[in-house]
Amino acid sequence: MSQNTHAPHEPLMRVVKRGETSGRLKIGVRLLAILLALVIDALFIYFVTGLNPFAVYGVMIGGTFSTTMRFSWAMRDLASLLLIGIALAPAFRMRFWNIGAEGQVLMGALATAAVMVYYGGKVPNGLLFTAMLVASILAGALWGFIPAWFKAHFGTNETLFTLMMNYVAIQIVACCVNIWRGQASGLGKLNMKSKAGWFPQIMGQRFTINLIVVAVLTILVFCYLRYSKQGYEIAVVGESENTARYAGINVGRVIIRTMILSGALCGLTGFLIVGGRDQTISTGTAGGNGFTAIIVAWLAKFNTFTMALISFLLIFLEKGAAEIASAYNLNDFASDIIAGIILFCILGSEFFVNYKVVFRSGHKEVG
Amino acid sequence: MKKLIALMLAAVLMLAACVALADDLKVGVILVGDETEGYTLAHMNGIKAAAEALGLTDSQIVWKYKVPEDQSCYDSAMDLVGQGCNLIISNSYGHQTYMALAAEEVPDVTFVAMTGDFAAISGLDNFKNAFTKVYESRYVSGVVAGMKVAELLESGELAPEKQPNSFDADGNVKIGYVGAFNYAEVVSGYTAFFLGIRSVVPNVAMEVMYTNSWFDIDKEAAAAEALVAKGCVIIGQHADSTGAPAAVQKLLDAGTLCYSVGYNIDMLPTAPTAALTSPTNEWSVFYTELFTAKQNGEEIAADWAKGYEVGAVAITDLGPSCAAGTAEKVAEVEQAIHDGSLKVFDTATFTVGGETVTSAPCDMSFMDWSTMTAIYEGETVEAIVDGAFEESAFRSAPYFQLRIDGIIEDAQ
Repeated sequence: MSQNTHAPHEPLMRVVKRGETSGRLKIGVRLLAILLALVIDALFIYFVTGLNPFAVYGVMIGGTFSTTMRFSWAMRDLASLLLIGIALAPAFRMRFWNIGAEGQVLMGALATAAVMVYYGGKVPNGLLFTAMLVASILAGALWGFIPAWFKAHFGTNETLFTLMMNYVAIQIVACCVNIWRGQASGLGKLNMKSKAGWFPQIMGQRFTINLIVVAVLTILVFCYLRYSKQGYEIAVVGESENTARYAGINVGRVIIRTMILSGALCGLTGFLIVGGRDQTISTGTAGGNGFTAIIVAWLAKFNTFTMALISFLLIFLEKGAAEIASAYNLNDFASDIIAGIILFCILGSEFFVNYKVVFRSGHKEVG
Repeated sequence: MKKLIALMLAAVLMLAACVALADDLKVGVILVGDETEGYTLAHMNGIKAAAEALGLTDSQIVWKYKVPEDQSCYDSAMDLVGQGCNLIISNSYGHQTYMALAAEEVPDVTFVAMTGDFAAISGLDNFKNAFTKVYESRYVSGVVAGMKVAELLESGELAPEKQPNSFDADGNVKIGYVGAFNYAEVVSGYTAFFLGIRSVVPNVAMEVMYTNSWFDIDKEAAAAEALVAKGCVIIGQHADSTGAPAAVQKLLDAGTLCYSVGYNIDMLPTAPTAALTSPTNEWSVFYTELFTAKQNGEEIAADWAKGYEVGAVAITDLGPSCAAGTAEKVAEVEQAIHDGSLKVFDTATFTVGGETVTSAPCDMSFMDWSTMTAIYEGETVEAIVDGAFEESAFRSAPYFQLRIDGIIEDAQ
């Protein structure tokens, strides 16, 4: 950097927040980002792996769309991710950084699994499912309540608290799995013989119920946040606790109530994953979705319909990357790079939707 | 002339049929790791060697890497079915329940869960298990280690006066073993290894330390170091990393008397002077048999278990530190196992609680331990036949679980 003698001092380029952004500009920026990603990826694919980029893109799309079975699996995995995103939305709207979804899902899953192990085949199916559902919601809600209670009463840092609760949950699950697996090297499916607690097959799939639940909750939580009194309280607490207090809102109560809701929805996700998707439990049951869902909720600005789109994009990239690795015998690091570049450009475009770059002379704008 | 034409036509048709059959086979492979992990690499090499031998093209094999032992295994299996595979293989033990679920749904595709243990009792005709008799090569690797201990004792390099720590109270030479888990697979392996050593040097005692992981370089290294610190002069292993041989090499270089017997792969690149050999599987033998049988529409055994009789197991190249005459001794022992004159688990060679074992009932059921019920009911078989424990005869997966005298397991 040479000394700049111009006065007043002006940097070569600076970042300015956009005022109103038109819908057309938003779409344009994002399309440009995707195009850029495809070009960078094409260069990477051609020069590093020596493959035909167009063929690779075809395979990537095929990861989700080539068969109805693959598409239905993509929907199933999307359901798990989106549900957690939906569960996080109320807490994040309140600026309560719930990093503990992973643990809340695991506790819900564990409660479900425990009911399956100890009551499977011993009580009627209807009662078993009810018990699984109630247990999972209670377990998830408890895992959300604990950090909220400490935050409301002692002002503890919720980010660290919820994060640590994940590790507690993971260890509890590991311990239970270790007990249940007995002399076998792994737990396998629960109630493999009796299939007690496995969701019934609807339209050929056990996870159909998961899809229905996620569709309903997408709408319900959207309405809850946008149109209900409680949703409004959450928004006010999120903007400013002092304003909320001034308006007569009991901030502590809202925090606890919202986190119980958030945790309960995470617990419910655990129930759906165990009953409808995995029929077993492990420390990987949430599969990192508890963290990925934070990106989903944040990017979508708590709009549950936008969350569905972003979840779909993430799942699409994941499936596409796996398919590229399998189809071309590539190391999966290479395929992850291909998917990663696309994600990076799309996330990066969010920056240019909100900000613009201004150059020193002539006010050339980029973005 | 007509006859000749007819004959030629028939020959051409048969050839065409053969080609068609070869084209028909499409193999889907579900792997728990990728080429960076020794266990999976061994399977990949075996499959590729078999494919090359039988002239299969690349498009006849579809690979799925890093498939965990969960629902994604079922997804992968069904996806491979969708891609037209008619033979699907998974390589890790925990894949089997998911493979069985897929097998139930798609009866016209053959599913092979390697190292699994309930195909025969599952009632599914299209679900198979396979395992090598790797305990045979473990026994042979034990003989190699025994030869080394004998040489050290004879030369006086190893003596109670010089290394008092390496002998127990009864004057037995201490041997160490790094095991993954306390399952039958590991128990069967370390017992065979120990009996191999003891066939050469009668006065030995072994200590087994578990890592509770199939692949953990640091833990395996730490276990090897701990065992050497206790005085062990040979470190055997049943875990998949190079952690133990690397640690032993470092200690040997630092002046401690200790040698390593690895597993799966040649450990000489890792431990050039400390590694003696490694027992290993020749998976290509099995895969060639499997592909051939599938191509020809022949019956595939529900439980495939073979060893030296077909070259399905072996030991890797002997290291430069091996005792003189080891190669000849190895050839002799391998031949004896091959022709059946030597039985690895001969009851005359070991005792349990001071007694010779005359009966060892083994329950073949596949259990759901969480509810303590059998998922698949199996028979309880008598494993002692003609004065020897018959391993891998009633089921391909190991079931030798006796804790014999002379070996102690560390509490986990």
